[in-house]
Amino acid sequence: MNMADARPVIRDEAQMIAAILAGDRELYHKLIQPYELSVYRMAMSFVKNETEAEDVAQEAFLKAFRDLASFRGESKFSTWLISITLNEARRRLRRQSTVRMESLDEPPEEGGKVSPALLRDWREIPSEALERREVRALLQSAIEHLSPLYREVLVMRDIEELSIEETAGTLAISISSVKVRLHRARIMLQKELAPKLKLTSPKKRRWFS
Amino acid sequence: MILECKHVWDYISEFLDDSLPPETRDLVQKHLENCEICSAILDSTRNILILTADDRVFELPAGYSERLHARLAREIRAANSRPEKPPPD
Repeated sequence: MNMADARPVIRDEAQMIAAILAGDRELYHKLIQPYELSVYRMAMSFVKNETEAEDVAQEAFLKAFRDLASFRGESKFSTWLISITLNEARRRLRRQSTVRMESLDEPPEEGGKVSPALLRDWREIPSEALERREVRALLQSAIEHLSPLYREVLVMRDIEELSIEETAGTLAISISSVKVRLHRARIMLQKELAPKLKLTSPKKRRWFS
Repeated sequence: MILECKHVWDYISEFLDDSLPPETRDLVQKHLENCEICSAILDSTRNILILTADDRVFELPAGYSERLHARLAREIRAANSRPEKPPPD
């Protein structure tokens, strides 16, 4: 994210939106700036390549601009944007539905248990590890390999940081479904990633060399 | 009451969200203090979620922002050149 946006400037989004609707449309550029990455990541959690994700993100921002008058301020602007992105992504997937019916073949969500990877100790992997391409690739691929049902909940909750209630509202599912899916998604990530990340830890490397 | 490991695993997500009822949270907490496997599972899950949420995992493609704002600028110009509609109501 752009560090310049991290300054403690108070953004009154309601006021910005009112000004845009009153005719100061240029202000929309500024309104959406903090959300460029989150909308893109949301799109990336549905479509599997960067070009398509960028298309979905652009469409979502355009749609939000055209529909701005219908934003009632009952949710946060960011949450509203995320739900528009979700709809755009789903619309696109429906168009390609002959190749992507996977989400309809989902196993029933209460069935089967997910078990974590068993470890005896865990040495914290610091965020600096993300400077390494291999570590980023591991994480991306683990998220991409979650089935869509789990991926969308995980992305909304743990990446976009929506609350459980906001996630449930946006996806139009119950709070308990959010919790069940989120739990499974998190455990699946742990199962997939913990053994691999453990091997990438620099300490281990030194021991081998 | 003593929790078995596999029951503790069912609570990991809610434990991380701090949304367990207090009695359950305490039972899980007590188990974690004495079980290195479950606490390693909890620590690794928390660690992985923190890494996952990092902005560096999914980076924006080069030129994304410029292309987005150029497209918005076209849309805004078009909207500005349309005659004003009377407000609803």
